[in-house]
Amino acid sequence: MAAIEQSDVPPHRKGLVSWFNRRGWSDIIIATPYIWLLVFFFLSFIIVVAMSFATRTPTAPPFSFGGEHPLINLDGYKRLFQDSLYIRAFLTSVVNALIATALCLLIGYPMALGLTRVSRAWRNILLMLVILPFWTSFLLRVYAWMGLMSNNSWFNRGLTSIWNWVVPTDWALRSIPMMNTNFAVVLVMVYSYLPFMILPLFANLEKLDQTLDEAAMDLGSRPFQVFRDVTLPLSIPGIIAGGLLVFIPAAGELIIPSLVGNSSQPMIGRVISDEFASARDWPMASSVAVALLLLLVLPMMLYTHFDAKAQERMKDEP
Amino acid sequence: MNRRPIFLITVLCFGFAFFYIPILSMIVYSFNASRLATVWGGFSTKWYATLFSNKQVISAAILSLQIALLSATCATILGTMAGIALARFKKFRGRVLFSGLITAPLIMPEVITGISSLMLFILMAQWIGWPASRGFTTVTIAHITFSMTFVATIVSSRLIAADQAIEEAAMDLGSKPWQVMKDITLPIISPAILSGWLLAFTISLDDVVITNFTTGPGNTTLPLLIWSKVKLGVTPDINALATIIVCIVGLGVIIAGIVMNRAEKRRDADIRLAYRANE
Repeated sequence: MAAIEQSDVPPHRKGLVSWFNRRGWSDIIIATPYIWLLVFFFLSFIIVVAMSFATRTPTAPPFSFGGEHPLINLDGYKRLFQDSLYIRAFLTSVVNALIATALCLLIGYPMALGLTRVSRAWRNILLMLVILPFWTSFLLRVYAWMGLMSNNSWFNRGLTSIWNWVVPTDWALRSIPMMNTNFAVVLVMVYSYLPFMILPLFANLEKLDQTLDEAAMDLGSRPFQVFRDVTLPLSIPGIIAGGLLVFIPAAGELIIPSLVGNSSQPMIGRVISDEFASARDWPMASSVAVALLLLLVLPMMLYTHFDAKAQERMKDEP
Repeated sequence: MNRRPIFLITVLCFGFAFFYIPILSMIVYSFNASRLATVWGGFSTKWYATLFSNKQVISAAILSLQIALLSATCATILGTMAGIALARFKKFRGRVLFSGLITAPLIMPEVITGISSLMLFILMAQWIGWPASRGFTTVTIAHITFSMTFVATIVSSRLIAADQAIEEAAMDLGSKPWQVMKDITLPIISPAILSGWLLAFTISLDDVVITNFTTGPGNTTLPLLIWSKVKLGVTPDINALATIIVCIVGLGVIIAGIVMNRAEKRRDADIRLAYRANE
């Protein structure tokens, strides 16, 4: 907005108001949040990156640069590949997060599609019901599942009797061991992140032109064919957005695996936290953090790359 | 589609059952007389009494509310400024970095935000002597930094959707930039500012990981208190606490939803009236 920048206040008017009306005030609007983010976010990010090249020392704070080690110490990154703990933690995180994302898509897609097919009044109520659990405490939602999954809860006893009824008597169980497994982690992740999948998908599906569906039906397509050939391809942007919104927090998750996960198979968030707080190894914790960030940024970059390409193709086709 | 989408409706029902059964179960079991949190032993409200006589819980709740009020308000001010800057000032030095700084905290895992903020605070204390100790101030700063980016995203998307011509018209008619801001831009984005504040408030009230890293001794917020209790297992008084929190938040969201819905409708009606008056 060029008009804001070149102020036309006569120079004789002084005081706060005229000062605001000059260029100064737009500078304030930009500079205040900018400086805040530079200090409290960007600087801390730079510290993590720099720390990942530091050397651990028994001092406080526990790191140093230079000395007997070179200024750039790559030991942290070497250990990432040498110690199987880190590779296993990365694998556990990625596998758990991928399964959770896939399940969210499987449950969330029909739910989002269903939301577009109900009446307007119902839609607003149901959308509110999707968002409501998201506003209540995250910790308490995890906690609710701890109650359900524990060995003598009504939920676990119900599932156990169904299990015992279905399988041969040799396999009968007194209770299903759900707590402290990767299954529990994935289940609670799906529960916690499902709204992140439903909302972008709904936003995408709502915008689709329903007449396309009707045209396909009129031309003799069956409902499933309409879905496969029309709705699904057009909703890919929504699927990708929802998938990223679920996968990224799930891969770095700390609370869920700490509460319901298997502690002998830690996820990467737990490893970072332990390296930092328990082992007081800041450089190693930072190396793992940088590696995790790279792992998360890669799918983002791929997405923006393909998105830009798709946009270009859209432009080429009239 | 003419056919009723039976499959989709079924999935919706299952989905909502999945969403609400754990919460309902938790609420029911908060009235459980038994000390064993998962075995039903009759109706009782004694866990609520236990909870309200627990000074630790009350003081943690007060601390959480103070941090949430302060950080949400600061985050809303900073985030609104950032949102306006992103949506309305097309060219300024370092714009690319700025929009990156707004997006990055949204995709940064909380653990990394937590350890990086803690390292920053420790190193700042060493370099410039501030912050001297960790606690209320450091937690509030970390929450502001994190939630202002959410506010900025909400505000800027609202502004991008709004018609910039109104502001330009006011400017052409001789309004000063500050007047345009006060009389046009801020009213346009006021719903976004309100929902941004609410989001910042709940993010701060709910945060465990970042608070856990940036807080100091003696400053236990409510989520941290719950976290330390929950790690030991399911207890009936946490069920009671969870029920209270879920009810307050649920009520708040429903009331906010109704209020915003009404405001939106009134605004639409006003716009229609204005158009009709001009015909």
